[in-house]
Amino acid sequence: MLLREIAHSRTGDKGNRSTISVIVYDIKDFSRIEASVTTERVKMLYKDLVKGEVERFVIPQLGALNFVLHDALGGGVTKSLALDAHGKSLSSAILSLEIE
Amino acid sequence: MRAVLPACKEQGIKIITNMGAANPHAAAKEVVAIARELNIGVLKVGIVSGDDVLPQLLSGDFSVMETGEPISSIEHDIISANAYLGSDPIVEALSLGVDVVITGRVSDPALFLAPLMYEFGWSSSDWKKLGQGILAGHLLECAAQVTGGYFADPGYRDVPDLENLGFPIAEVSENGEIVITKVDGSGGYVNTATCSAQLLYEIEDPSQYLQPDVVADFSQVTFTEIAKDRVKAENASGSSRPELIKVTIGKRDGFIGDGQISYAGLGALARGQLALDVLQKRIKSSGIEFLEIRYELIGVNAIHGESLSYGHDPYEVRVRVAARSKAQKDVELLVNEVEAMYLNGPSGGGGATKSIREVISAQSVLIPRHLIKTSVSIVEL
Repeated sequence: MLLREIAHSRTGDKGNRSTISVIVYDIKDFSRIEASVTTERVKMLYKDLVKGEVERFVIPQLGALNFVLHDALGGGVTKSLALDAHGKSLSSAILSLEIE
Repeated sequence: MRAVLPACKEQGIKIITNMGAANPHAAAKEVVAIARELNIGVLKVGIVSGDDVLPQLLSGDFSVMETGEPISSIEHDIISANAYLGSDPIVEALSLGVDVVITGRVSDPALFLAPLMYEFGWSSSDWKKLGQGILAGHLLECAAQVTGGYFADPGYRDVPDLENLGFPIAEVSENGEIVITKVDGSGGYVNTATCSAQLLYEIEDPSQYLQPDVVADFSQVTFTEIAKDRVKAENASGSSRPELIKVTIGKRDGFIGDGQISYAGLGALARGQLALDVLQKRIKSSGIEFLEIRYELIGVNAIHGESLSYGHDPYEVRVRVAARSKAQKDVELLVNEVEAMYLNGPSGGGGATKSIREVISAQSVLIPRHLIKTSVSIVEL
């Protein structure tokens, strides 16, 4: 199953870091995403888009994971050459992760 | 201001805004001029200043957070330095009985925390209440992002009447209880999903949301739907405000050129790719060493890059070459090369555009709170 079936996601930017939340629609799905959407998988998913480390914060009562992707925005929105300089569209990619 | 000033003045609603941006004094003058034009009669505008800390920054011994570079080594390129102010000067302005408060750089949630502190007399060291106030502010600060904006995904999250989105309202009581709702009869919705998405928006560690007023802790926050489009937000807290305040500096950082041209119909992808190949060779032969350059096809790999993108050949593609250089003439050459794809590239290219902009890059510096001197002045109609 794709993560998209059970969760939604929103991306924000802080300087050269991207923040990506993943939030389940139904709290009973939370343990599945907590087990399966790991920092390693997120790092692998974004490949060369994320040059730095990936951190994960867990907010169980909201059914949410919050990822911080370091060195991910081409130096930050003001000097990035990217068409999507804020990296806002990164959230759509994470929802394509396969979930057990 | 034109849209809201008459109604707010009539209803006795105060307006608090950071629309002063780099020059709150000029913004206040403009507001007074608009009020005069709209026959508002009497208006008192409070101006919060002190966010501009360029002199303090240049006379101190500070470094850029992101790079560790000392400010002294880049001072000739720095054009601005603005500290994130907190609620205090806004509360001060409100206590002077103004109708409108105009600020420059302030932390966004402070725009919402300040009226709560003023109205309820919350102490500036009541960390728990300030944490709840920051929660209310953070949920409101991106407008419709908590009422169904930036949320719709057809078939998964169908937001009603997206074209008529309602802006959010926080009902906050003196003891810090919060209900998030929206204007009656407007589109969108408020539910635990929209609130959770906005809670985590641009937050890193939810247990430490650094604000000039408080270090807010959102890690235990809960949302409860108490009625349709009414969500109770509870359990934020906080601890003492940080001694170091974030300053955003603007630094001259070269130029970015961006040239684009489209190909459509049969062979569009191959022609777009050929255009990129030709451009790459021509730009290489110019001998210019760009600080950074990217070649991409919009519709194919421009957003998530070559390694994430997959799918079928599109009907149309748009070639894009963008580069950054210290010298404006370098990026001029680049965009002109893309435009030259009209007569000197593959067949059928159309809609070429080129743009050049100077880069003012934003970086951060931490400075001690005591170096920031805020003040409030008043202009009246």
